[in-house]
Amino acid sequence: MNKRLLVGLWSAVLVVAACGSSTGTPAPSSSGGGGSTNLAGKTITVSGAFVDTEAVAFAAAVKPFEDATGAKVTYNGDKTFEQAIVVQAAAGNTPDVGLMPQPGLMKTFAADGKLFPLPADVIASIDANYGPGWKDVGTAADGKVYGVFHRVNLKGLVFYPKAVWDAKGYTAPTTWDGMITLMDKMAADGTPPWCIGIESGAGTGWPFTDWVEEVMLRTVGAEGYDAWVAGKTPFTDPSVKAAFQKVLDVWTNPKYVYGGPNYIVQTAFGEAPKAAFDNPPKCLLTNQGNFITDFFPDAVKADLDNQVGVFNLPAIDPAVGTPAEVGGDQAVAFADRPEVWAFLKYLTTPEAGVSWQKSGGALFPYKTQDISLYASALSKTWAQAIVDAAFVRFDGSDAMPSAVGNGTFWKEPIKVLTGSENLDTALSNIQASWPK
Amino acid sequence: MQQASAAPPARGIGQVLATGVGRVVVSIFVPIVAFIVLWAGFLFLKDSGAPKLVIVLVAIVWGIGGVALLYVVANWLTEKLPSVWHRRILPFVFVGPAVAILTFYLLVPAVLTAWSSLFNANGKAFVGLDNYVYSFTNPEMVTAIRNNVLWLVIGTLFSTGMGLAIAVLVERSRLDRLAKTLIFLPMAISFVGASVIWRFVLSFQPEGQPQVGLLNAILGTFGISPVSWLTGEPLNTILLIVILIWGQTGFAMVIIGAALKGVPEEMLEAGRIDGASEWQSFRKLVVPAIWPTIVTVATTIAILTLKIYDIVTAMTNGNFNTHVIATMMFQQAFTFQDSGRGAALAIILLVGVMPVIWYNLRQFRGRAI
Amino acid sequence: MRKITWSRVAINLTVLFLIVVWTVPTIGLFVTSFRDKQSISNSGWWSAFGQGGFSLDNYDKVLFGGDGLATAFLNTLAVTVPAVVIPILIAAFAAYGFAWMQFPGRRILFITVVGLLVVPLQISLIPVLKAYLAINLNGTYLAVWLAHAGFGLALATYLLYNYISQLPKDLMESASIDGASHFTTFTRLILPLSMPALASFAIFQFLWVWNDLLVAATFLGTSGDVAVMTQRLVSMTGTKGQDWQLLTAGAFVSMIVPVFVFLSLQRFFVRGLLAGSVKG
Repeated sequence: MNKRLLVGLWSAVLVVAACGSSTGTPAPSSSGGGGSTNLAGKTITVSGAFVDTEAVAFAAAVKPFEDATGAKVTYNGDKTFEQAIVVQAAAGNTPDVGLMPQPGLMKTFAADGKLFPLPADVIASIDANYGPGWKDVGTAADGKVYGVFHRVNLKGLVFYPKAVWDAKGYTAPTTWDGMITLMDKMAADGTPPWCIGIESGAGTGWPFTDWVEEVMLRTVGAEGYDAWVAGKTPFTDPSVKAAFQKVLDVWTNPKYVYGGPNYIVQTAFGEAPKAAFDNPPKCLLTNQGNFITDFFPDAVKADLDNQVGVFNLPAIDPAVGTPAEVGGDQAVAFADRPEVWAFLKYLTTPEAGVSWQKSGGALFPYKTQDISLYASALSKTWAQAIVDAAFVRFDGSDAMPSAVGNGTFWKEPIKVLTGSENLDTALSNIQASWPK
Repeated sequence: MQQASAAPPARGIGQVLATGVGRVVVSIFVPIVAFIVLWAGFLFLKDSGAPKLVIVLVAIVWGIGGVALLYVVANWLTEKLPSVWHRRILPFVFVGPAVAILTFYLLVPAVLTAWSSLFNANGKAFVGLDNYVYSFTNPEMVTAIRNNVLWLVIGTLFSTGMGLAIAVLVERSRLDRLAKTLIFLPMAISFVGASVIWRFVLSFQPEGQPQVGLLNAILGTFGISPVSWLTGEPLNTILLIVILIWGQTGFAMVIIGAALKGVPEEMLEAGRIDGASEWQSFRKLVVPAIWPTIVTVATTIAILTLKIYDIVTAMTNGNFNTHVIATMMFQQAFTFQDSGRGAALAIILLVGVMPVIWYNLRQFRGRAI
Repeated sequence: MRKITWSRVAINLTVLFLIVVWTVPTIGLFVTSFRDKQSISNSGWWSAFGQGGFSLDNYDKVLFGGDGLATAFLNTLAVTVPAVVIPILIAAFAAYGFAWMQFPGRRILFITVVGLLVVPLQISLIPVLKAYLAINLNGTYLAVWLAHAGFGLALATYLLYNYISQLPKDLMESASIDGASHFTTFTRLILPLSMPALASFAIFQFLWVWNDLLVAATFLGTSGDVAVMTQRLVSMTGTKGQDWQLLTAGAFVSMIVPVFVFLSLQRFFVRGLLAGSVKG
């Protein structure tokens, strides 16, 4: 009986296999626009860390490219992208294009020979469409440019609930000392000023690094910052220690932060800001990147421009000024094919951001973009800030080698916050982990 | 054992040859057909544009049937061999696939890992035992090893112990089916789900604010200020172990419960007649009777605690000194991109588990191996 | 063995207490799955009973929102069922071979097999992935089945050997006297007799594979049409996890099938996974 059953099942399998076999996808109808390359039938695989609604928005953003060339772009989002890409690169299973959230990771791959440098025409397009600084972040140790920036984010933005702010008559500070005065005022009025949370799964601790980087940018300026990110200035240097201390002075002061350090280290970074919109608010200010608006309560998100006010984290040293700290995914090529370069070239043009500008939730760095296309007033100010900034610098922990930027720089401060380690030990641990 | 049928001697030579040749042809033909069928199935699953449901059904049938078919064909082929070869080869037909798969998936990677543990971060320079020295001297690593010992001892002891206690208790209760199902239920929950569940138990909100976590809320009703459970060590590791116990006790309970049902009633009767109390009977008769089961359960859980990764990652990510060896291994290999140190930790883990295995294998020696 | 009534009551009460302690955390999640994001952050789930405001929103989004859970569910099914049956089959053959067949190297091989229980699966990922890519096997169901088989065979063989080696020797002997080959003895006699052990291991393997994320993500992939349910649920929470409350409903949705499997196979447990390990 067993054997007959087996035979029966096998016949069924064969029948189905015969009926159902159809290999390959139908070739897309070529709609070759005048002048664009015809890439009909070619597929470009893209991998990145964003999923869900953002993946849908990305698909819409690349559609003009698909329509113009006939190529197909398939995007695969994986929240564990940073680990998965390491495994894939080691095994030889990489996508054509990777959207790397960290320059540090890009540099490691470039050094290992996994990436292909951009050809001259793509670089020319970058020069035409981007302000200074963007090309440098996409450059690896060998001096060649590998990365193209598409969607970016802006950090060093301080959000507050407009209604309460106006009611109490607070005004946006323009200096760090002015901000301390504001913080004291808020504390005296009965509400701790800062909403802070740093829990983020494997990335727990990254908001602290953002604060330190912002202070560094405002104290040691562009060159000093670059030297630090490149590893020339050690973490044990007095200027770096002073920056850490400045942040800790705020974070560990019980009247300045809602909940205290223990609360900070176990509260998700997206949860903490919600307390500002409670009635009455438990805290008022959130220093974060523009993407934090995704976490605001639904009622606030629906009416962002009216509910939420923003000011830039103010300057500390007036001589240094107020820089823009940015972050973003850079597209790099794991494969050397004409359609891959055509796609990357497309990403360097403002056209690659238009649909996302309109649907909201993204910022783009192109100096040649049309700012008026952004959906919200806030987005317009931010995009303008990026384009107009005195100098733009990339998120430091992302740009450092991953052992530091994703490792000790994130983890050591947590120990300082919970009191299990002192600052000097933490700084020397971080410095010790810098790859030789 | 089947005997190969001899060709009937009354036929002509041609017939005999035909039968001989025929048999050889059939012996080659059948496996080839089997192979083609399997290959067709494989291609279908890989490239077909058929509706998902069809693919899934074909996958299930093909996967299971394929393996069964391979065994049937392999067995059929060996039966065609002369008896001596048949007897020699058949055991390897039975045991071979398991050994081959394990070699490929576990043994070879383990050997490769042991090899790469002797090299530096990018695998290019030989560093001997440096990585191991680092593992035992670096404070964070030492903490991780300490934590793993806590996991091993507390996790195994309590899961097995409570499983035993609950199995005994539940056996005499009217609620036994309900208890068995509900206490086993946590095993069915994925680690992601379990981490969300326990977040709602251990959550910490500042004093004076409404507590979202169950433990702090209970403390609050007694007027005690909320405790930050996840950041205080070593209590945080112990609480993470509680999560394991919550999940694994059901496993222990079910298996030990089944073994308990097999304890002969006459033995217990005899004990009672001899005047043994309930407790004495339990200690001297029941426990020895089910001891092999207890050891097997404890072994399985012990191995699980030594390899523990998901719970720690989901709850604290190793922060607040909750790291264990497996999480450190992951961090070294992926965050610090140090394949040498990651490998060394893996080997330390492997070696650490061996005593448990060794104890178990000694048990087997008493049986027919 | 008649006990005094109050002792029986005490036992039942203790069991009830244990049940409550064990299920309260899960109940917390269950209640939370019906609440909205804001309430979840602001008050404990127990206060939901007084507040009200229950809704099916989370379940709605999980089941019907976005790319749809149906494909992911089918993928999980396609991965799980063979990944449970195949290792059991292979392990059963091996356990029988180790228990009842004589061959050179039997002891060494068995010790190796059981010894491999210690190996953590994370170290296998890259070597196996490289091998798969070399033979163009990656991204197929077969790749994941074999991987799960590889990771589960050591335990399966260990548990099944435990059971099969305890079966009465005379059973095997009378079968061979009747002219049965090893194969027939195995398929017609041993397999049916080992049902309790097979079913017990099946449940654990089922749970492990059903809830697995890492192995499927590495060998099958994470793109929409091959992602398994665990993958879908995790990415449903948004890139930065902003919709984590969906996990509350997601956890329950994904629990239904395993619990159902457990309940249906539960009667096999009673006959004892390790009945043979009871002396006497």
